[in-house]
Amino acid sequence: MGDCQESNQKRWAHLRKVLERPGPFSHPEFEPSSEILDFIMTSCKILVIGAGGLGCELLKDLALMGFKQIHVIDMDTIDLSNLNRQFLFRHKDIGSSKAETAAAFINKRIAGCQVTPHFCKIQDYDEAFYKQFHIIVCGLDSIVARRWINGMLVSLLNYEDGILDQQSVIPLVDGGTEGFKGNARVILPGMSACVECTLDLYPPQVNYPLCTIANTPRLPEHCIEYVKVILWPKENPFNTELDGDDTQHISWVYEKSMERALQFNIPGVTYRLVQGVVKHIIPAVASTNAAIAGVCATEVFKIATSCCVPLNNYMVFNDVDGIYTYTYEAEKRRTSTQLLEIKDPDTMKLKQLLELLSESASYQMKSPGLTTIIDGKNKTLYMSTIKSIEERTRDNLNKTLVELGLKDGQDILVADVTSPSTLVIKLKYQTNDVEMT
Amino acid sequence: MEKPRRGQVTRKKASAAQLRITKDINELNLPKTCTTEFPDPDDLLTFKLVICPDEGFYRTGRFVFSFKVGPNYPHEPPKVKCETQVYHPNIDQQGNVCLNILREDWKPVLTINSIVYGLQYLFLEPNPEDPLNKEAAEVLTNNRRLFEQNVQKAIRGGYVGGTYFERCLK
Repeated sequence: MGDCQESNQKRWAHLRKVLERPGPFSHPEFEPSSEILDFIMTSCKILVIGAGGLGCELLKDLALMGFKQIHVIDMDTIDLSNLNRQFLFRHKDIGSSKAETAAAFINKRIAGCQVTPHFCKIQDYDEAFYKQFHIIVCGLDSIVARRWINGMLVSLLNYEDGILDQQSVIPLVDGGTEGFKGNARVILPGMSACVECTLDLYPPQVNYPLCTIANTPRLPEHCIEYVKVILWPKENPFNTELDGDDTQHISWVYEKSMERALQFNIPGVTYRLVQGVVKHIIPAVASTNAAIAGVCATEVFKIATSCCVPLNNYMVFNDVDGIYTYTYEAEKRRTSTQLLEIKDPDTMKLKQLLELLSESASYQMKSPGLTTIIDGKNKTLYMSTIKSIEERTRDNLNKTLVELGLKDGQDILVADVTSPSTLVIKLKYQTNDVEMT
Repeated sequence: MEKPRRGQVTRKKASAAQLRITKDINELNLPKTCTTEFPDPDDLLTFKLVICPDEGFYRTGRFVFSFKVGPNYPHEPPKVKCETQVYHPNIDQQGNVCLNILREDWKPVLTINSIVYGLQYLFLEPNPEDPLNKEAAEVLTNNRRLFEQNVQKAIRGGYVGGTYFERCLK
């Protein structure tokens, strides 16, 4: 018992040095205290999104740092090809849930750590789920998923009289790798550049020119793309869309790609290459994952403890040839939700709302197009610029906001030439039960 | 711990693709040769573009393109297919269109409008250098008069070479 306590003391000695003494890199508001370590170990709740290459590293790093309340979410199951770098998985685990297997491994290996797995898509959970976390850290390979979680965290922000409520900000630490390249970034939703602000930075998917694929193939990839893009839709061999995980599909593509390669005398088409091209696989590198996850876990620690100023805010990493890193401040793009007070939604018609947007000094719009979401479905309220839409939304002009199904707090998407991006305008209905004295 | 709820999203937020397409559609600035058709005005992600060129080889025809905008727009370009059978070096019989900004040169700063202008340009200046329909490209390079006749024949409806084209006069 005594020995155990002593080793426990030793185990955290280094963290205590950082957390219980001030230092030259401390955050200006940092107050050294022994309670910070307690916070990490007892109440700080972290969500790790993705239990793949980055996720395994992140879970290991965070658990060994003392974080105990960790949730992990991943919709994927374990594949043989994961085992070289996703070290929480063994051969016997193939086919099992990544999240569940990773959580079980960490919980068994690191005493006291409670990793809770979620074997599902991130889109399966709503605001109530994401709200419970102090920090969210992502190790994803999908831009769609990044944009979704980013949108979720932005939607959780609370503004009071136009001022951001700091309590509603959940920091997002995002890591990404592609072969020998990677990046790590810290996003404070509503405060610093987010995923949408820097959408242009993501490398575009490699797409070969269609005419090259069709007529002048030079690379084995061109032959495979030909089968994927042109031959598959034409012959529709299995009466379904091409599925990169279906071995029958891949075999068919492989066979046809070989035929085409032979015809044009192009060497190098292999089954693995076919799999890689169809599924857009870029070989994953374990060391890149380890480095990026290390940076991300450190940022989570810095944000959770305030012991150091966090990364500001985008780090690129490249170990193709030696090691190169560079950190810069990605700029926030201005997109804002604006409140619009509505006095009487029962009598105010849509056309009056449009007049307001055109005439009020703060908007001065030219030809605003309005859409919204009602019961989870997109609805176009009015758009004057497209004839076929105008004709079928014209009747909405004479309906009141209530008749159109617009509720208090409804978000209206407003597009107009006067603003570089679509504005989100939140309707705020003034309540009628004002005190009458 | 509060039990997470699954599947019941209380307040659905507009997706980033939705925000962007609303802007793109509201600001479509079509040349007078083009019109759009939205089968469902609430769905701005699925629509058709009709091009009736007023000059060039194709000035007598009417050509329909279908647009499908995916959830990853504008990171990924929309999927565009030509629904009208057309005798054109850069469009094949399956409706695949060889336009650089639809594939290798797409960038998120481009808009639906950029694609409309790109497609219109294909009818004004068919490009035999990068063909999808190799036969049409060869004819265009070697015998412009025959190419023009073939285009007219295809637009009026009939066989060009071994391929039957449905009538698409405006």
